[in-house]
Amino acid sequence: MLNIKNLHAAVEDKTILKGLNLEIKPGEVHAIMGPNGAGKSTLGNVLAGREGYERTNGEVLFNEKDIFEMDPEERAAEGMFLAFQYPVEIPGVSNLEFLKASLDAIRKYNNQPELDAVSFMKMARETCKAVNLDQSFLKRGVNEGFSGGEKKRNEIMQMMLLQPKLCILDETDSGLDIDALQVVAKGVNDLRDSNRSFVVVTHYQRLLDYIVPDYVHVLADGKIVKSGGKELAHELEDKGYGWLDNNEVA
Amino acid sequence: MSTTHNYIQESIELSEALENNSPTAWLSDFRKMQRIKLEGATVPTRTTEHFKYNNLTALNQGGLAKFPESPAVSAELPSLVSSLEGDTIVLIDGRFDSSSSKISGSHLVAFHEANEDQQKTIKDALSRQNFAKNIFNRVNAGLTHSGWLVEFNKSVDYRPLHIVHITTQAAVDSVINEQLIVKLNSMAEATVIEHFVSDNNIKSGKTISHQSAHFDIGDAANLQHYRLHLEHSAHIHFGQCTFWLNRDSQLNSFHLATGGIIKRIDLDVIHQSNGSHAEINGVYLAADKQQVDYHTNVEHRTPHCTTQEVFRGLIGGEAKAVFNGRIHIYPDAQKTLAELSNKNLLLSNKAEIDTKPELEIYADDVRCAHGATISQMDSTAMFYLTSRGIPKEKAKLMLSFGFVNELINNINNDAIVDYLQPLLTQFFKQTVTE
Ligand SMILES: Nc1ncnc2c1ncn2[C@@H]1O[C@H](COP(=O)(O)OP(=O)(O)OP(=O)(O)O)[C@@H](O)[C@H]1O
Ligand SMILES: [Mg+2]
Repeated sequence: MLNIKNLHAAVEDKTILKGLNLEIKPGEVHAIMGPNGAGKSTLGNVLAGREGYERTNGEVLFNEKDIFEMDPEERAAEGMFLAFQYPVEIPGVSNLEFLKASLDAIRKYNNQPELDAVSFMKMARETCKAVNLDQSFLKRGVNEGFSGGEKKRNEIMQMMLLQPKLCILDETDSGLDIDALQVVAKGVNDLRDSNRSFVVVTHYQRLLDYIVPDYVHVLADGKIVKSGGKELAHELEDKGYGWLDNNEVA
Repeated sequence: MSTTHNYIQESIELSEALENNSPTAWLSDFRKMQRIKLEGATVPTRTTEHFKYNNLTALNQGGLAKFPESPAVSAELPSLVSSLEGDTIVLIDGRFDSSSSKISGSHLVAFHEANEDQQKTIKDALSRQNFAKNIFNRVNAGLTHSGWLVEFNKSVDYRPLHIVHITTQAAVDSVINEQLIVKLNSMAEATVIEHFVSDNNIKSGKTISHQSAHFDIGDAANLQHYRLHLEHSAHIHFGQCTFWLNRDSQLNSFHLATGGIIKRIDLDVIHQSNGSHAEINGVYLAADKQQVDYHTNVEHRTPHCTTQEVFRGLIGGEAKAVFNGRIHIYPDAQKTLAELSNKNLLLSNKAEIDTKPELEIYADDVRCAHGATISQMDSTAMFYLTSRGIPKEKAKLMLSFGFVNELINNINNDAIVDYLQPLLTQFFKQTVTE
């Protein structure tokens, strides 16, 4: 699904990712943890193709295709999805219009017929309900004036609607109350299948009780410094990242 | 200046010629006075107050100061005429077209049919304009040969009045002069739509048009007003809207203009009695090498009046937009609440906007806010949209729409919204795609 080899990336001439390796197979869930400023969001941004996040070395293959040959919209249409750590507010563009434009574009790219308005509305309403947002959120400006938790649920709603192949969730659990956390987890778990993979970036082991990962990685100073099973998350929660500093990080 | 042409002086000659066979002879003294005041005047330059940012060189090339010779063969009506249930006055190249107009009631009077009382009302309104700020108001006044007086009374359920100004090929290289005087008597309610378009069949060439509109909004009267400038890009327009607000009256005025060779629209909103409220919203769109300019001036002369003004501009290509927003609060105008916001989105590196706030506050117990911003397409929002599979061009289109949507959606007339949406789409498509 995703194959990252020796990835180096810079933001504004500052090297953030320093030789990152990661392989994700279809159906797997990988959790990435790591201290603030380690480069977790940078990884998400580089993968999704954000302007200003420059690959300086290494390669990334997404379903055998070089992602750096593709614009952000092509990567999305190929099935990549990044749930933003800080979802963007776009006043004047309604959530509904945004969802429709995005679904239409992705279907078109994949040679699927455009969804008719009635089916789309039905789908949008159902998804909105599934993430416990009132229908009025469909009419509001994209993330405009949404609370932190509402923004995160809106990200999950988009993911559910677009049904991507690779979902990268950047701290989608941060700032969520326990109910919202379960909504997010259910959204992910319902989508889990043998052809879909997830990268879940989080600071809290708590999320991983709901979304049980196959692998847990620690990203520190631009590299994966330790990988393990789900028990690694517990260990990190108990001992903190300092424990790694002394042992693994050269 | 060594130019042989002076549009102002040429218009004086044209005004003189009018006196030979004018159907509005009762206005000849008024016109004569304007000619005297314009004696020796020239087209404003960059050093003229209120014209600093306008490029008016097109006026010195000559050939514009004549009236359209032959009437237009035909003109296509904009679709809004049929979708809007209203009274329609169609003016083709400034001439009243009775066959396509649809008017009911005696509240609409053409200048040449005005009785003595009405003539007095007309003269009074024409002479109250702000001539000092904009010389073209005087040019238009000097060339007044026709116009409409509209009077609304209370307790009458009027249909919206739609005044359609169409410019055709027959008016290329000519000048069109128009006047509109609207009086809302005490407690009257009315909707007036001023709508300016070019006929789709214009092949080439420019036309200059002047139009001054005067609105007297009586005590507790309520005016819903729209002014849409959608002429083609080779058009030149100088427009003036003056609103006189009386006690407890309400004005809601929406403006939209696309760019032209020159398009300069002045709005004067005068609160002249307590308790009046004005809401003014506007959108300007300029592409290629077009110019568009709104000069707005809100005068609070009396206490307890409020103004909410919002203008948004989208400027692409090598276009140039000007927004001048003046709010003047007189010493007596305590408890005034006035807010003005002007936001601009530049769609290209060569696009230009000059936005200038002018606050003059002479009363102490007032609330007044003024904000102007200039920005470019938000790259974070662009990334968000494209990361969801939306192609860049479509994303830009959505963000452009998003920028003005708030104002468009606030229009409480569906026919107008439905009419404007596709025009905006077309504009954004052309401007954003580069
Ligand atoms: N656009 C940017 N401009 C400048 N520096 C940036 C930019 N984006 C990221 N960085 C820097 O890159 C480093 C890694 O940031 P990143 O957001 O990837 O960390 P993170 O691991 O996601 O941290 P957190 O857990 O706080 O979200 C930080 O030092 C950050 O300041
Ligand atoms: Mg982060």
